[in-house]
Amino acid sequence: MNASRAQAGPELAGLLVLEHVSAVYGPYRALFDVSFTVPAGSAVALVGSNGAGKSTVARVVSGLVKASGGRVLFAGRDITRWPAWRVARAGLSHAPEGRSVFATLSVEENLVLTFRQAVGRRGVADALERAYQAFPRLQERHKQLAGTLSGGEQRMLSLAKVLAVPQKLLVVDELSLGLAPVVVDEVFGALQAIRANGTALLVVEQHMDRVLALADRVVVLSKGRVVYTGSPEGAAALATTLVPPAGDDGTSRGGPGADAGDAGELGSSGLGEVSSPSV
Amino acid sequence: MSQLVTYALPGIPYGCVFALMAVGLVLTYKASGVFNLAFGAQAYLSAMVFYVAVHAGWPKWAAFVVAVVVLGPLVGLVLDRLLFRFTRTAPPLVRLVPALGLLIAIPSITQMIFGIEPKLGPPAVFLNPNMIYFRFAGFPVDGNEIATTVATVVVVGGLALLFRSSGLGLRMRAVVESPRMTELAGIDADRVGAFAWILSSFFAGLAGVLLAPLYAQLSASNFTDLLVAAIAAAAIGGFSSLSLTLAGGIGLGLAQEILSGYLPSGTILSSGLRPALPFIVLAVLLVVVPRFRLGGEVSDPLAACDPPAPSLDPPPRIAVVSRGARIFAIAVAGALVGSALSWVSGNWLFTITQGLVFAVIFLSITLLTGMSGQISLCQATFAGVGAFAAGQLASHFGMSVLGGMVIGGLLASAVGILVAYPARRLGGIALGLVTLAFALLMDNVIFPYSWAGNGASGLVVPRPRLGPISFGGGGAFFWLALFVLGVAGGAVWLIRSGTTGQELAAMRGSEVAAATIGIDVRRLRVVAFALSAAIAGVGGALYGSLQQTVSPNDFAYELSLVFVVVVATVGVRTVSGAIEAGLAFTVLQQIITSLPTRYGSLLAVVFGLAALSYVRHPEGVVAYGKRVVLDMAEKLVVALERGGSSHGSATGSGRDDGTATGTMEPDLAVGP
Repeated sequence: MNASRAQAGPELAGLLVLEHVSAVYGPYRALFDVSFTVPAGSAVALVGSNGAGKSTVARVVSGLVKASGGRVLFAGRDITRWPAWRVARAGLSHAPEGRSVFATLSVEENLVLTFRQAVGRRGVADALERAYQAFPRLQERHKQLAGTLSGGEQRMLSLAKVLAVPQKLLVVDELSLGLAPVVVDEVFGALQAIRANGTALLVVEQHMDRVLALADRVVVLSKGRVVYTGSPEGAAALATTLVPPAGDDGTSRGGPGADAGDAGELGSSGLGEVSSPSV
Repeated sequence: MSQLVTYALPGIPYGCVFALMAVGLVLTYKASGVFNLAFGAQAYLSAMVFYVAVHAGWPKWAAFVVAVVVLGPLVGLVLDRLLFRFTRTAPPLVRLVPALGLLIAIPSITQMIFGIEPKLGPPAVFLNPNMIYFRFAGFPVDGNEIATTVATVVVVGGLALLFRSSGLGLRMRAVVESPRMTELAGIDADRVGAFAWILSSFFAGLAGVLLAPLYAQLSASNFTDLLVAAIAAAAIGGFSSLSLTLAGGIGLGLAQEILSGYLPSGTILSSGLRPALPFIVLAVLLVVVPRFRLGGEVSDPLAACDPPAPSLDPPPRIAVVSRGARIFAIAVAGALVGSALSWVSGNWLFTITQGLVFAVIFLSITLLTGMSGQISLCQATFAGVGAFAAGQLASHFGMSVLGGMVIGGLLASAVGILVAYPARRLGGIALGLVTLAFALLMDNVIFPYSWAGNGASGLVVPRPRLGPISFGGGGAFFWLALFVLGVAGGAVWLIRSGTTGQELAAMRGSEVAAATIGIDVRRLRVVAFALSAAIAGVGGALYGSLQQTVSPNDFAYELSLVFVVVVATVGVRTVSGAIEAGLAFTVLQQIITSLPTRYGSLLAVVFGLAALSYVRHPEGVVAYGKRVVLDMAEKLVVALERGGSSHGSATGSGRDDGTATGTMEPDLAVGP
């Protein structure tokens, strides 16, 4: 199903195209033959339970983890073997899971580091102004070390970079993880604003209800494979049949990688959130 | 006042060179997180090339260009590309061991290339070092003082301009925290790292050629001492501020000269305190300033992109293979003991006995570094305390060395507590630096006294007697060494399997996690040092008795660095690793002494370069080799069993021996 979509018109429709992508961590295989497309200007949600491979997809797309098979196309170019910095320069921004700011740099230094690269030394002042306009809170704290910001403020800082200097695609990984509901509203508001700027979104989330309201299209991963691609409504309807009952989802057995990387995710019991909307 | 200035003026060249080195050190530390202890060695290499080129009749400018502008940065680039690029996100010990290896290997390689004959009268880069060019308020200013000051001002000024105009400083700080997140900002982290290494290695080369004419002879140890001072200056700058580092370096240079001017000349205190001063400053800074305490180190949030580290514990084996391995190990040990006592020459018996004695000392590193994850660079000093205690007790009270060994061990243990207690809050590299400071202080100030190591003439440590049995002969002493090794090895093994060992293992895994299950990590660190120092002290006394005379030279601070490198390379995690390291150390040394003198330091090269493998094989190369062989044996057994019966029965092995990527079952797939 996905393959036929990709073949229908990859150059026209697909800003980001994944073709039969697989990925490994050492001896552990995380992705099997993953294919989907993010059209320019659209918002695609990537959902699935713990250990389904969502973050790995995000990392493969941004070049942090190299695909062991398949191809990744971005804006018509094959970026499968590109280093992460080159992907970023091509207009793909990735806000990774957890802490996505430099804790040892100040708020302003975090912004300057990105802006200097993205718009050059001359453009930094304007970009800073736009970022502070979007989030006045960051201006109040511009000298503060980013590591001392609250979780919500750190997310704002990551998003401010993309708001001030629009990119072609923003990949956000578990942006709402560990945030209070009020702050989650704020974050999703910012995502809407980024999308209104013309930036396409690939949103990795466990909050199904939130992300279904935002997304045009949903990709569901299970155990490293794409099990559904289609409309948000269809995803909600399918949720119960796709997600196995608690205790049988791989996390209970979890390999060493799951323990090392994803303590936070394990603690949040995301599984319940995936299945709840369909009840 | 005028006397103060007279004393201080000769300190200017030293201060400037310290400052240059320290700035380079901070640059690489900021950009790659590596505390490059090989920096002094790099400076030595450039100084040597400059010396040889000038003596070969090259014009000075050409020699300078080759030695400093080309070679210095090139070495930095090679080190970054081949080595340190891969250690950016590694734990402290993995970042330290290869640097230590280079510190040991580079000077030896340099000497092998350019010869070991003394290099007298190193040339100055520009200006005559001894000529008085002008008088400043009545004080004479010579060529060295002008040359170093001008070079420092020009180079550091250039660096400041570069930082301001390019945003390089900000990028470097970003790379240290997380290379991957820096790449997500569109910045090539590898390039930032490589640039920092090129730049800082240029600083090292420049410092090298500027420092050389301050001494009558070009010798590697002057450059190691230089590194020591540079580390202290870097600590004054908090390992981050370049301007404070600069001020710290110059201040230390001045303080050294003023101090040696006012201290009574010709005493151990004045000749020893001068080189030890920077490290006393460093130790005090690290211990007193809370910022340097560990725990504030920020981890890379994207560390999960790496594949999980392979387990260091041996995997479960098929019963046949593990039984075979055990029989093989016993056979090898038996053959070694048998041949040591029967057919080998007296020379080789001594070598093997020496290997057993070093194995005892190395067990102290197994306990401290392998089991508890603590970095200590003063294990040779602990061994020295044990040896000197045994020697003093024997000469003053006629005590048998067997008793001296016990008391020496206890005394070394007390000294270990003395070092560890003030440093109990430190971990990682900071702890390593404090112990190095302590080793330097003991080496320069304490050991030369007649009541301690008795300077160059040393002490006599007789071979012991036990009733009618004399251990004077080579064969008898071999049994004694084997016995002591057995006791020490057994003790380490018992500690490992007991509660203390489990607590130490918890501390190595994560100090925070250990604290949450009720372990007092600070107390435990002191305990680990006390136990380890006791073992080292016993080993040191045994070493003294084997050699029959010992002097502070036998326990110089550089030796501690060599010890760590040797044990880490061979295998730091197991008792057998320490024994293999001890034997490898002395047997290789014995083989090398039969080579021409030019290759006298080949051992340092072999182990120094082997230490670079630590990045890939933190369990040790021998342990890694064993695992590869056992894996092969296991596969062979499985294949044979499968061939023999149609029902493959590899039930003893609980793990999937096909580690190829495609074979994982989907339900074991990990990664969110």
